Amino acid sequence: MTVLRGAALTVAAGRRVILHDVDIELRPGCLTVLLGPNGAGKSTLVKTLAGLLTPSTGVVTLDEIPLAGMPRQRRARLIGYLPQQPCCAWALTVRQVAEIGRLPWDGRYMQNTGAVDGALAACELVGIADRHVSTLSGGEFMRAMLARVLAGEPACLLADEPTAGLDPLHQLRVMRLLRESASAGRAVLAVLHDLALADRFADEVVMLDGGRVAARGSGGDILTAETLRVVYGVEAVIGEIGGARVIQAIAPAGEAPKSTENLR
Amino acid sequence: MSGSRRALPLLAVLCAALAAASASVGPSGVTPLTLLASNVEPQALLILAEIRLPRMLLGLLVGASLGLSGAALQGLLRNPLADPGLLGISGSAAFGAVVAFYFGLGAATALAVPLGGLAGAAVGMTILVTVAGRGASTLMLILAGLAVSSIAAAATALALNLSPNPFALAEIVFWLMGSLQDRSMDQALLALPFAVVGCGLLLSTARGLDALSLGEEAAETLGVSPTALRWRVVAGSALAVGGTVAVTGAVGFVGLVVPHLLRPLVGHRPGPLLAASAVGGAVLVLTADVLVRLVPAPQEIKLGVATALVGAPFFLHLVLRRRHEVTP
Repeated sequence: MTVLRGAALTVAAGRRVILHDVDIELRPGCLTVLLGPNGAGKSTLVKTLAGLLTPSTGVVTLDEIPLAGMPRQRRARLIGYLPQQPCCAWALTVRQVAEIGRLPWDGRYMQNTGAVDGALAACELVGIADRHVSTLSGGEFMRAMLARVLAGEPACLLADEPTAGLDPLHQLRVMRLLRESASAGRAVLAVLHDLALADRFADEVVMLDGGRVAARGSGGDILTAETLRVVYGVEAVIGEIGGARVIQAIAPAGEAPKSTENLR
Repeated sequence: MSGSRRALPLLAVLCAALAAASASVGPSGVTPLTLLASNVEPQALLILAEIRLPRMLLGLLVGASLGLSGAALQGLLRNPLADPGLLGISGSAAFGAVVAFYFGLGAATALAVPLGGLAGAAVGMTILVTVAGRGASTLMLILAGLAVSSIAAAATALALNLSPNPFALAEIVFWLMGSLQDRSMDQALLALPFAVVGCGLLLSTARGLDALSLGEEAAETLGVSPTALRWRVVAGSALAVGGTVAVTGAVGFVGLVVPHLLRPLVGHRPGPLLAASAVGGAVLVLTADVLVRLVPAPQEIKLGVATALVGAPFFLHLVLRRRHEVTP
């Protein structure tokens, strides 16, 4: 049970400050969703939590131990990171990609099939485990990349836009995987752009705006028309259809929506 | 998977066979089997120990170094068109050797030329590291390598231009073509430690290169330091390629072609490709070196010429295939 915490994180690229004094805590069993408009600093925050960027002030800790002083290998075992737009350079098979996820664990990582098989099964990839990743559809590719992260059995999972470019079904499948991963005791963070998806799956939503935390709490509490107007600059309609909350941006803030009749 | 496990032993057997062939082929007709005869002529022993053995050893070393370095660089740059020439190692080694020739040091001691080559490679790599900087990105590394090889090529051309006499010129030009002919055991033993240490460094990058398949950020979160990996590949290549090319002269295309041919046999993983490419490189160089001995020609075809004759059309084939991949 590992808690990944970022305290008072300020990150700068040259003179430009991207994150200002951000606090975030990822708890085991909890799926945290990071929201915010483009350029809000979401990816920067995820990379900082993954140890890829060093904050200029503030500290990232894993169970109170600063990430900076931790041996690479140990850090790699505890934190799994799925980059935004993951890539694969060679014509590797789905299974080979998942096997790479075992690298932090042992030299004979290719022999450890239990964790790899488990990850492939969880991501519903068993039937296509021998296909080359270059031949996969977008949804299958993303699940293969997620299987790579899960094969490493990390205590914390950080996924930067895992649903980008996926059709609704695949978005749901990926989110369900993350949900299950959290229920299995991991601390999970996912960057999303789909507000309704965030609302449905998140235990906690953290909303960034201009490098600062604009709001945090449960989806029901913070995904309001008011917050979306301030943070995203959109007029949104929020309602309930068949027991599911629907959040839809319909016009830039300040503009009268042309027609909301058919959205009601 | 099963195919990839079979590839390496198969290559090793092939390599051993070619090493035996390399020790057996030559104008004198002496083979290692001659040693089994009851009365061994001292001359036969001399031929084997002083001519065939260094030639075979150098073939193994230069082939393994080039194949391994090519595979590591392709893995590092995640580009199948990368090759040891990219870093300017061979170019600067050649320039160092040419300087040794130019000042007539080659006549003084047989080790002068390879030592000049080593010095050239060392200077070239120092410039590369200084220009690219400690935390150099891959792009900076390629640009710095291009600069180093261009400078080395220009300086080599200048040395040829100012060459004191046509005989020296011919000697230099022939050396530049790359060959295993007439190399002494001392020269082979000079290359040996560089090749061994360099190849060791390169082989140690296997796991890192596997992780790097998924991009630098993913690799870093898998516990690999991209910067350390980069410098290990550069230092390993500089030692292995610089050390061997200083003795043999530039041998082109081995580093490009061998990893390419073997990649499908190891399941496209850049890590297992390293060892396979080392053995495969040795196989290719030994084969080419046996062939140039068998081809009837007034002047032995130089090894570098032979590998380029085979390698360049293959390169063209790669480019064409890539064009088909890019343009639908």
